[in-house]
Amino acid sequence: MFRIFNRIRSTGRLTEPLPSPDQTVAELGSACQAEIAARFSGSLAIRMVDAGSCNGCELEMHAVNNSYYDIERFGIHFVASPRHADLLLVTGVVSRNMQAALQRTYDATPSPKLVVAMGDCAACGGEFGESYASCGAVANVIPVDAVIPGCPPTPLQLMQGLLELLHDLPGQ
Amino acid sequence: MRRRQPEQVTAGKVAEFVTHLTRTVVTTGQKSTVPGVQVCLDVAGEDWGKAAEIAAEHTLRWSAAWAEHLSPDFHVVCLLACSDGHCLLRTRLAEGRPELPSQMPSFPAANRPERHIQDMFGIRFTGHPDPRRWTRHQAWSAKEFPLRKDFPLSGSPQLKTPPDCDYPFVPVSGEGIYEIPVGPVHAGIIEPGHFRFQADGEDVLRLEEHLGYVHRGVEKLAEGRDLAGLARLAGRLSGDSTVAHGWAACQAAERALGVEPSPRALALRAILCERERIANHLGDIGAICNDVGFTFALVQCSRLRELWQRNNAAIFGHRLLMDRVVSGGVNCDISPEHLPELFAEINELRVRVEELMPMLLEYPSLQDRLRTTGILSVELAQQLGTLGYVGRASNHQDDLRRDAPYAPYDQLVVNVPAYLEGDVAKRTRVRGDEVLVSLELLEQLLKSLPEGPLQIDCGPFARCCEGLGLVEGWRGETVAYVRLDETGRVMRYFPRDPSWLNWPALERLILGNIVPDFPVCNKSVNGSYAGHDL
Ligand code: SF4
Repeated sequence: MFRIFNRIRSTGRLTEPLPSPDQTVAELGSACQAEIAARFSGSLAIRMVDAGSCNGCELEMHAVNNSYYDIERFGIHFVASPRHADLLLVTGVVSRNMQAALQRTYDATPSPKLVVAMGDCAACGGEFGESYASCGAVANVIPVDAVIPGCPPTPLQLMQGLLELLHDLPGQ
Repeated sequence: MRRRQPEQVTAGKVAEFVTHLTRTVVTTGQKSTVPGVQVCLDVAGEDWGKAAEIAAEHTLRWSAAWAEHLSPDFHVVCLLACSDGHCLLRTRLAEGRPELPSQMPSFPAANRPERHIQDMFGIRFTGHPDPRRWTRHQAWSAKEFPLRKDFPLSGSPQLKTPPDCDYPFVPVSGEGIYEIPVGPVHAGIIEPGHFRFQADGEDVLRLEEHLGYVHRGVEKLAEGRDLAGLARLAGRLSGDSTVAHGWAACQAAERALGVEPSPRALALRAILCERERIANHLGDIGAICNDVGFTFALVQCSRLRELWQRNNAAIFGHRLLMDRVVSGGVNCDISPEHLPELFAEINELRVRVEELMPMLLEYPSLQDRLRTTGILSVELAQQLGTLGYVGRASNHQDDLRRDAPYAPYDQLVVNVPAYLEGDVAKRTRVRGDEVLVSLELLEQLLKSLPEGPLQIDCGPFARCCEGLGLVEGWRGETVAYVRLDETGRVMRYFPRDPSWLNWPALERLILGNIVPDFPVCNKSVNGSYAGHDL
């Protein structure tokens, strides 16, 4: 027990001020916190849907929750049910076998809702494109509000993409 | 607490099996050569099941099966692992009569791979006890077979693919027994798949997996690609195993063409592969503990993983190491200035892991949840041919780096941790042990980094050729079969992720556990959905 406390103490606080050459992320962050406070009662709930990803995008999505990025500090957090979500974060091409599930998840998310296509696959079809097995980009199946390119996008690119979307939302 | 198990290899020898086989069943006698395996034998179709029976008698491990449409024939191939190498059996079927005895009666592991072949090629496996569809949901009809040559890549899909509602799950009935359907969209940040539980109160009576949701048509997409395109595709089969699959596919193509990358390129591939293993194991150890509410481990492990990935980006150019393995070698290098940094990183991680693992292994309230949870018996692990850490926690040790070493592992000593208990606790512990082994290997590789070009030219292409790639990825034995045409384009690519062998183990090890322990059991196996669904 003491060893654990000791490790926690000596690890200290890791969360970084977002490293960005032009400081845009940090600025976006605080701007968005205000946005989130005003529009989403202080917290933006994300439901992720893997529609046919290779799992690479998910790994980086996990990373934005680690102590270094800690996306929750901006009031952004991941939820288990689409019914609790403000935003769907979709990864991968939409495999035909997932088409109905994605559509149903979208339908189950209360309006107004945002959809973000994360990664090259979701944004434009990436390496997989359209075929007998794949519908291609997410926009071919449900309306998409923003795309975050990258294979996979780094945690910073993911955060920046989300923050930019919120920042650019048309006024209420 | 029981100790690590001594080195052990259970499978029989290639030569004994081949002698027995050629004595008993009809083989054409000629041993065709497929670079990458010891022996390749042509077996008559009607003896396909018998051949498997003999393999089972010699306790060979059933590793993979795939098919290929080479008009006017279908070729069906199965890969068997012996203690001293691998053995391919191949049979030809006429297009008009695509029927073959199933190998499942001898090897339960053949169940889903045969059903995949059935769905993709329309080859029927007679005597298969469970011939339900597997990879096919509703995206194409029962009369269409995507991997036949007359099926176009675009297929003829409907605008809206209906949900796969009527998959015939095995029904279980009885008083008080109820069903829990889970997925395909799960509650966490994970891949999609469906699990159907039948439970009595909290106890799981039966679990059935229904996978295939992330079928993206990888095998079909590979057809006609050049080698660079193949490497990119293989690197995106399963994002957490991008090095393993990329290496296996490139190795298969290189063997087919009879070229070998330079010793430096191979050493760099091994460095990438060990780095991938370490990153994934760290992530898993944290996630397993977190699944029983022990967030301390998650925070610590994701911290270590993040630092590791940052160095991946700084030194090799990509956080997950995607697209670093290319045909003919690698496209990254380690300059002498990086070496001190890399050694320091290894030392630091070793100190951290050596400190962390005992904390986790001795923490009573954590171990209370992990020990005796999700037990996979030694016998079952062997029977199912489970791979990687899932196998090793149940003393099924097979590790290609030790048993069938390919360069550069043929120059290294690889310790394989193994235990008898087969529970979640041991699957976690094996991962911790393997991190330390990988750190040691990294040190050795970095200390004697050979010289040589990073990438060689794989051409010229002159003839149709085939090869098999076998790489020990972080999940276990990773297989790739590649056939190239005379212009160097891919005719057939079949990747076999280790998850094919480990998913069935999850259905078994969950029995008798309580429903709330499913997430931790699932995480302890951590099968790849994308790698499996293809
Ligand atoms: S964008 Fe890249 S990492 Fe993300 S799902 Fe597609 S292939 Fe995988």
